[in-house]
Amino acid sequence: MQILTNFSFQNRSVTLVFSVLFLLPVYTSLTGNEFYLDLVNRLMILAIAAASLNLILGHGGMISFGHAAYLGIGAYSVGIPAYYDINNGLLQLFLAVTVSGIFALVTGAICLRTKGVYFIMITMAFTQMVFFGFVSIEEYGGDDGLVINTRSSFGQLLNIENNLNLYYFILISLVACLFLIHKIVRSQFGLVIEGSRSNDQRMRSIGFDTYRYRLTCYVIAGCMCGYAGALLGNFTNFISPEMMDWSASGELIFIVILGGTGSILGPVFGAAAFVILEEWLSSLTLYWHFIFGALLIIVVLFAKGGINGILTYFGSGK
Amino acid sequence: MRPILSVEGLKKSFGGIIATNNIHLQIEQGEIHAIIGPNGAGKTTLISQLSGDLNPDKGEIFFNGHSISNMPPNKRSLLGIARTFQITCLMLDMSVLDNVTLAVQAQNGHSYRFWSDARHNNQVIQTASKALEQVGLLDRENAKASDLSHGEHRQLEIAVALATQPKLLLLDEPMAGMGTEESQKLIMILEKLKPHKTMILIEHDMAAVFALADRITVMVYGEIIATGHPKEIRSNPAVRRAYLGDQELHGC
Repeated sequence: MQILTNFSFQNRSVTLVFSVLFLLPVYTSLTGNEFYLDLVNRLMILAIAAASLNLILGHGGMISFGHAAYLGIGAYSVGIPAYYDINNGLLQLFLAVTVSGIFALVTGAICLRTKGVYFIMITMAFTQMVFFGFVSIEEYGGDDGLVINTRSSFGQLLNIENNLNLYYFILISLVACLFLIHKIVRSQFGLVIEGSRSNDQRMRSIGFDTYRYRLTCYVIAGCMCGYAGALLGNFTNFISPEMMDWSASGELIFIVILGGTGSILGPVFGAAAFVILEEWLSSLTLYWHFIFGALLIIVVLFAKGGINGILTYFGSGK
Repeated sequence: MRPILSVEGLKKSFGGIIATNNIHLQIEQGEIHAIIGPNGAGKTTLISQLSGDLNPDKGEIFFNGHSISNMPPNKRSLLGIARTFQITCLMLDMSVLDNVTLAVQAQNGHSYRFWSDARHNNQVIQTASKALEQVGLLDRENAKASDLSHGEHRQLEIAVALATQPKLLLLDEPMAGMGTEESQKLIMILEKLKPHKTMILIEHDMAAVFALADRITVMVYGEIIATGHPKEIRSNPAVRRAYLGDQELHGC
């Protein structure tokens, strides 16, 4: 009984969200509505990317306007080997994570020496460099992008050419990433990151070399988003530099803020709202971005905790 | 005995303004050394150079015989120098206990521990709780730091510094903005710490200074005009002229 009463609202919502995601394929196969599966695949991949951004933005106060670079790096880590008929999934995932990590380490080492607006601008500048880099490489399609003919192969272990397998692969990845972030945020390392967001001067004064901790956090977030990028490449079977356009980084920030910064489920709620609104609004009007903007303003002004904050407020009230 | 801290010819200027000039200072092991002086005398600038928040333009600082003149604040903290801030400088959106826990964690080697829950580390939490107990804030440990009163903020400032297990405590106007009753409480807290810590105390509250200080240094316009025992300072004509005017020194 004790366990039941201690089962907080957050635990209940986590259970609920993942039960729905777990059972969704049953529903779609019964109704024959494969379209929803695609929608939710995209949602979950964006949720992983947004969760990794939330780690540095929400918990660490590092407002990166260039996080989509890792989506691109991850996707090209699948696409470029596939172009040369190298389909080994483990190798591709390894590439996605390590190349993202190295990119985060090198750029982060420079970006984290700046603060505020300068940090935002310089993260964006680095991502634009990657963007134009891939635009200029004709071999891999330039700005037309590259079709991925074969998805990552995991041998006998797992075949993600099967859409249902891909779905569960992405779902498990999402659960693992959120759990990892949950652990990191509560660890000693996580506490240092929170402290450094809250008051960096005092943190240095009590003995922390906060720069190194922030850089480590920045690299972890980059690796995780690179992984999401590899999933994205597999899901869309197509990659293009547009994935890491500056507006794509903006969308990730939008998702994080809409969902609620610094919360574990926020990025999932944010991604859900984003994907659903995008689908629904774009069928209504060509100017759907306009409504997006208005919505973001409302959330920022009236609901600081985002969707997660609103749900927690009503959920705990009952 | 070798002084715990010795300062030789420290100078810092901001543009054309010389904030501290030609500062020579010896802090003895175990003493409370008060630094007084009118506003703008350069007291906080001096503390910031001692803590590493500012780099001196000229001069040397030795801590236990080792030069620390160009060491960043985090390294000085690990050597055992802790400071509090005149304007409250805390992790305001975190809990009171988290503030102190971080200070303990900082001294426990690295914090690249990604898995186990920081708030369930008994050894760290115990040390943190002890620091809160020393300043009388233990019953507020779960409050958000921003929800504390001004007086409690000042207490937490000291608790965070104490939690780093310092050998030398730099207190920058700990009584700033406090009522008489709160000041009295803080004087008692500092008195209890006195046998265990060396302290440099910047303070305008003369009652506190004369109640606590073993020696007093007087600064005016960035320079030291006198250093001595409270009695000597009280009767020093230069100090009276420059700092106190003709008013009587009260407080003991």
